[in-house]
Amino acid sequence: MDPVSPRRLITRRAFLRASSATLLAAPLIQWPPVWESSHRFFSDSEAATVNAMCERIIPTDEDPGAAWAGVIEFIDRKLAGYHRRYQSLYRAGLQGVRESCVILFKKEFIDLPQAQQDELLRHLESNQAPGAVWSKVSASDFFNRLVEHTLEGFYGGPRHGGNREAASWHMLGLPTPPVRSRRPLNADWK
Amino acid sequence: MSLKHVNAVVVGSGAGGGVVAKELAEAGLDVVVLERGRWVTPDEERKDDLRNQRTTALGVPYGPDEEKEPRVFVDAQGHAQVVWPADGPYNNNAACVGGGTLSYGAMAWRYMAQDFRMKSLYGAPAGSTLEDWPITYDDLAPFYEKAEWEIGVAGDQSGDPFKAPRRRPLPMPPLPDSRETQVLKPAAQRLGWHPFYIPMLRNTVPYNGRAGCMRCRWCCGFACECNAKCGTQNTVIPTALATGHCELRPRSIVAGILLDAKGRAQAVEYFDERDRRLTQTADLVIVSGGAIESARLLLNSKSTLFPQGLGNRFDWVGRNLQGHAYSGALGLFDHDIYDDLGPGAEIAICDFNHGNPGLVGGMMLANEFQRLPYQFAGMGPPGLPRWGKAHKDFMRTWFRRSIVIMGPSQEMPVFDSRVQVDPRVRDHWGIPVARLSGLDHPHNIELCRFASDKAELWLKEAGAIQTVRRQKTQQWLSAGQHQAGTCRMGHDPQTSVVDPHCKLHEVDNVFVIDASVHVTNGGFNPVLTIMAIAYYASDYIKRRWRGGGLR
Repeated sequence: MDPVSPRRLITRRAFLRASSATLLAAPLIQWPPVWESSHRFFSDSEAATVNAMCERIIPTDEDPGAAWAGVIEFIDRKLAGYHRRYQSLYRAGLQGVRESCVILFKKEFIDLPQAQQDELLRHLESNQAPGAVWSKVSASDFFNRLVEHTLEGFYGGPRHGGNREAASWHMLGLPTPPVRSRRPLNADWK
Repeated sequence: MSLKHVNAVVVGSGAGGGVVAKELAEAGLDVVVLERGRWVTPDEERKDDLRNQRTTALGVPYGPDEEKEPRVFVDAQGHAQVVWPADGPYNNNAACVGGGTLSYGAMAWRYMAQDFRMKSLYGAPAGSTLEDWPITYDDLAPFYEKAEWEIGVAGDQSGDPFKAPRRRPLPMPPLPDSRETQVLKPAAQRLGWHPFYIPMLRNTVPYNGRAGCMRCRWCCGFACECNAKCGTQNTVIPTALATGHCELRPRSIVAGILLDAKGRAQAVEYFDERDRRLTQTADLVIVSGGAIESARLLLNSKSTLFPQGLGNRFDWVGRNLQGHAYSGALGLFDHDIYDDLGPGAEIAICDFNHGNPGLVGGMMLANEFQRLPYQFAGMGPPGLPRWGKAHKDFMRTWFRRSIVIMGPSQEMPVFDSRVQVDPRVRDHWGIPVARLSGLDHPHNIELCRFASDKAELWLKEAGAIQTVRRQKTQQWLSAGQHQAGTCRMGHDPQTSVVDPHCKLHEVDNVFVIDASVHVTNGGFNPVLTIMAIAYYASDYIKRRWRGGGLR
């Protein structure tokens, strides 16, 4: 549980369902930007893009990558909590990714083959991604922050939503679950 | 609202304040300890790789408050920014009962005799305020010993011919050799060096009513969930409270020290956890907030007698801020070297603390505390991308095949490396925050290169097939967890803040007892020296106490 922000008592989805009649009559609001989402911060489409980007940052090989490990869950949770100061960076960054992909490849990020996804990430990393959005937010800032959060979510403890089943710790050859005070760890470690 | 008058109010419950509270309470003084942080119990420790005092990706569990206590950091180009406890430039240590001693790695070094006489031995480099301490190692030796036995130190320094003279051995033995020690110790010996077991403030066997270390990988930066790590919160502070003469008030934010018309301190003002402003009167005020917060408190305690801050007539309060410049190397091995037995750091050499040609001082070198996976993710060689299959391969291949050797270079103090109070930014309680500015001395860069050279040599002799230098190459403000120097001890009131007994030169009843008083900081982690000075200064206070004040 995030130590700083209070846990949400209902999911956004439940709230929206409960007030759907009102919403249909309400003007379209920019934030939160979605009517239905499985996530706390990302829209389904944003989540799919971030998930695909994370999977290039830590790809699947003989061991699970970021997608299987659920890194998107970590990032989404933290953007709604401890990392909330990065919300506008992610919103703008993902708009920029969409714009750059359209300019370069005429497709969405999730529809690109891996080689072109990596090419796009290298553009972001070197701060040379095309698109008007990048005049307002730094592509390399966004990318570096995403890399950092991916590493946190993949190599940190499972309790934060990522590193599913301690996949990265198994990969590294670390004994799991961690022992506490010579007693088996209680359930809250994951 | 006023409270019952006490003999001593101690600001801070860390390595300095915790010891002073116990010493004075045992001597019969009535003591109140005001600690800005909270009590932490051992079973609260979450062992969270991402949230601890060493890796603050998800915040600082042991303080200070991430929403109430900012600072201001001025970078090398002079740009000032507000910083928060989890940010690197904040230069955090901790804020909780026990201070840094709750979660430190607990290396427990006596400084060497030469460390108190750096100017006489080496001369002051240009641009440094290097000076000798006004006290010697011999003055502190009995108090180092007291700290070792009363708080509890384990290790074996018998193999170290460079160590300062000592009477008694350490009370506890070192832990059994880790796999790293098994390769590093003979390698150091083959190089003609003198490896030995690092003294640590950690129970290795049952001691003082607490168990020995459980050898987990969550030590440095974490509270100890089996309570084997020795801090002031589980040793001297409980002893102080048990005397019946000591009260500890956590979540108490001290705003200023108040003087009477004669220039004696009469009280401290503080905010309690309900943000009520309270006044605690006392015969003695002991300032033990750490080098940044102690200087801040003095600077914020302005009066007609001291318009620039208490004890700051000559603008030396907050000056000479220093820490330790760490450098060393990562060694990669062609075989598994990982045993998952903490704390990780175990074996050290002091062959390079002094007498290095062309250099002033030096550093001890030791293997590092265990790297957790997320920490290791930042250790790739230059040129390794931080993402993609290459980085994943690096992690998978080398995590169990790596050893890191690092050392804390002794810094040359710099006058303009300093703590001030910010003219505009205030904390939650309206108190001006600490403003950090300046750069460390360029000599640190040379020491860091030297440290990395020796670390690489050691690792290669131990069998590393590749080494990656972890070397500081730029000047920056140095403080952090080893922060020191801001209320320098000295004979001359014009070039120091406290006298040789830690008393403010011009105020009879205010003492600064923490690493602020360190003239220099040794090539070692400073905490045992802080504790020794606390015992030493308390001894002075006890001998001169005559009820209501000092003789």
